[in-house]
Amino acid sequence: MTATEAPAPPESDATEPPALRRTPTRKRLVPYWLLLPGILWLLVFFAAPLVYQASTSLQTGSLEEGFKVTWHLATYWDALGEYWPQFVRSMGYAGIATALCLLLGYPLAYLIAFKAGRWRNVVMMLVIAPFFTSFLIRTLAWKTILADGGPVVGALNSLHILDVTSALGITEGHRVLATPLAVVCGLTYNFLPFMILPLYTSLERIDPRLHEAAGDLYARPVTTFRRVTFPLSMPGVVAGTLLTFIPAAGDYINAELLGSTDQKMIGNVIQSQFLRVLDYPTAAALSFILMAAILAMVTIYIRKSGTEDLV
Amino acid sequence: MTMTHTPQSSGGDVRLSQISKTYGSFTAVHPLDLTVPAGSFFALLGASGCGKTTTLRMIAGLEDPTTGTVELSGEDVTALPPYKRQVNTVFQNYALFPHLDIYENVAFGLRRRGVKSVKKQVEEMLDLVQLGPMARRKPQQLSGGQQQRVAVARALINHPQVLLLDEPLGALDLKLRRQMQLELKRIQTEVGITFVHVTHDQEEAMTMADTVAVMNGGRVEQLGAPADLYENPATTFVANFLGTSNLIEAEVVEAGGEDLLLRAAGTKLRLPAARCSASAAAGDKVLAGVRPEKMALAHADDAASVTDGHNRLPGRIKDASFIGVSTQYVIEAPGAGEISVYEQNITRDGRLIPGAEVVVHWNPAHTFGLDAAQSLLAGKTGAAGADLDEEAA
Repeated sequence: MTATEAPAPPESDATEPPALRRTPTRKRLVPYWLLLPGILWLLVFFAAPLVYQASTSLQTGSLEEGFKVTWHLATYWDALGEYWPQFVRSMGYAGIATALCLLLGYPLAYLIAFKAGRWRNVVMMLVIAPFFTSFLIRTLAWKTILADGGPVVGALNSLHILDVTSALGITEGHRVLATPLAVVCGLTYNFLPFMILPLYTSLERIDPRLHEAAGDLYARPVTTFRRVTFPLSMPGVVAGTLLTFIPAAGDYINAELLGSTDQKMIGNVIQSQFLRVLDYPTAAALSFILMAAILAMVTIYIRKSGTEDLV
Repeated sequence: MTMTHTPQSSGGDVRLSQISKTYGSFTAVHPLDLTVPAGSFFALLGASGCGKTTTLRMIAGLEDPTTGTVELSGEDVTALPPYKRQVNTVFQNYALFPHLDIYENVAFGLRRRGVKSVKKQVEEMLDLVQLGPMARRKPQQLSGGQQQRVAVARALINHPQVLLLDEPLGALDLKLRRQMQLELKRIQTEVGITFVHVTHDQEEAMTMADTVAVMNGGRVEQLGAPADLYENPATTFVANFLGTSNLIEAEVVEAGGEDLLLRAAGTKLRLPAARCSASAAAGDKVLAGVRPEKMALAHADDAASVTDGHNRLPGRIKDASFIGVSTQYVIEAPGAGEISVYEQNITRDGRLIPGAEVVVHWNPAHTFGLDAAQSLLAGKTGAAGADLDEEAA
């Protein structure tokens, strides 16, 4: 924005005819013209629905009698009181999936950024390839992969891994589908690219000579990673975890397709309130609570990671 | 070989034995033997791609040699990773850690070695490079010259046996570079650590180093004290890369005496036998070299006044450029090609203008002889060649 305040070069002011004198003013307006399409879009498709939802959440009534704004704030308390387990579960699943994405994605992003050499673009392509299929189809595919008679469950069973995971409460009996494990796996898989891309971008920006410099200054490879590479990749870590956690916390497809009623996330509740129960105020209130919860967590997270200026 | 000896000399010597590096079919460094004496300021000089940086990186451990060994103070470190070697590097473009402030950048090496109280040492080191007040700034808030000093401080604080400098002044402007050259030289004399300095700037190498190794195509062409290299280049590459040389194709007419008698450009030249690095029996071809500043001009009308016994070449002034302390002439000498002559501006002869017939003359003692079986132009594409072009233009 500062550029708009920069004075026009004096010589142009002095020599140009008066008719063209308005150019500086016009130039000053250019950024706003450029902002206009985006602002309009956001107004129509973000701000307006938000206001509409807010008013819905404060209404009472039924589909038959119609809804009226009655400032019935108790809807929020009732919704929270009834569905807090799904809230907690959503945050838990999203948190675990985000952590898994970070654990799986970081080494891969590191590899692409520093070791892949001429294979870099190929591997990058492979990371993005799943996007060529729809989210829904990919999740359905996991249903087949994790099917009860499928090879994955068979292998896990014969290795007695499912006995362990069942004891831990993340699977049930000798199946994976319709368990927390399946939902978290689905979330992790579906949001992994959102972790890898920002991680890769920030790792790729690190000058490899910094690694050499650290090694030259007596840092072992592990120390180099801890003291140089990881701190410098923090913007990517923060961006990646946000891009993974936020959509994962609101997701309902994975719980719908890979889970059972015991794995319902808050997204499923909102969806069924809107489309099946037709209790619009409760659904709108739940949406707002979810949004507020995510905003609060993200704010705390960014403060804690001390990367406000890096994001 | 001259060496700066300081009482607190704490440096180690570097010994490279048959060290080489190949990348696929490309040989960056041909098997090379090199000894850098402890406490010396050693420069590896050459154009880009000559293998000097690769050699430096092999000493640092950042590059594995294909063959050969690296010894530091008598200990074979070839197999040691960089973090286990008592050497530190000042990187080209410095490679300062952008997420750490100046203080932490300088303290990095000490902390990695488990030094508990770094405060005193870091502060002393920052004072040495005159950056005390900048301690809490981030590298990107500093100017190029300041960043360069941080890079030196960050390396020196570890008291390495050898400090490696990879074109450390390349990113600085000319004035700052001159200043930093003196600064680095001062620090080196003060701390007594062995410095190995890689540069493509022949002036920088000559100003700073005790010993210069001129590299070309992955080989060391010549090694010696700067003045020795300048006065007695062993190859046309060194003659052209270090400053400017006039190389005249000649044939030995008479050998055996103290001076060789040569025939060149239809005239006779004398060359001290001791300064001819090529075999010089009668009938052999040699290149007679003379530095432009060793030559003088006399107008053809005054040819008789030229000192007896001087070598002479008749010619015509093609170009003259006045550059303050001296005037640089390009002389067209039939049979000897173009000759550069730098005349001090003490008394200027008004007749010495382009087109004038002149006699180029010089004391035979300033002539050096080179093997004629090499390219006359070797080394001219480097910095020295570019300088020549600029001066001639």
